[in-house]
Amino acid sequence: MSINVLFFASLREQLGLAQLETDWQTGMTTGDIWQQTTAQNSLPDNVLVACNQQYCDWQTVVADGDEVAFFPPVTGG
Amino acid sequence: MLSIQVDQQAFNPWTLLADFQQQPDFQASQCGANAVFVGTMRDFNEDDTVQAMYLEHYPAMTERYLQELVQDSMQQWPLQHVLLRHRIGELLPGDPIVLVAVWSAHRQASFAACRHLMETLKYQAPFWKRETLQDGEQRWVARNTTG
Repeated sequence: MSINVLFFASLREQLGLAQLETDWQTGMTTGDIWQQTTAQNSLPDNVLVACNQQYCDWQTVVADGDEVAFFPPVTGG
Repeated sequence: MLSIQVDQQAFNPWTLLADFQQQPDFQASQCGANAVFVGTMRDFNEDDTVQAMYLEHYPAMTERYLQELVQDSMQQWPLQHVLLRHRIGELLPGDPIVLVAVWSAHRQASFAACRHLMETLKYQAPFWKRETLQDGEQRWVARNTTG
């Protein structure tokens, strides 16, 4: 039972993480996934979070097999 | 008619527009208005000369996000057609980054929807720019300009 975790752009380079699988337990939030994968206790204001390709927040509960992505503010267009 | 694409290769927005309007399902007689926005790469940013740019994206989310954004806009305004292109990969100054084109019976819907699509895309679609400055230094663009 696991979560697929993705990191993009400057955040990927800062953390040295692009993609990984992490263990999932019932009731875990995206904030828990962040702390488990980055070993950082704080939840940064300048990081955006998506679950299954949709924006969410740090309190969003994730399910087994979900894809969670962390990335900096977007700058397209 | 609706066409959304993220391109690794450079595109010519004016050729795309001409080709789009040649398609059999394009009903020119139904469209009294067409608003077009083209965004191109600048060779300056925050007082620095920029010689190149790399555009990264989150492919699965970009595709889903742009589809939903265009569908929402078509619910909000009476649009006949929408054409949207966005570059990824390596760009040089002057290269088109984004094309947003909408067609409607009257100008209000075209103006409003074109601006809405562009501004929403800019602040929510998961693309990121990394600039290469004149001395070769690379930096991620931290924020959008206010427009």
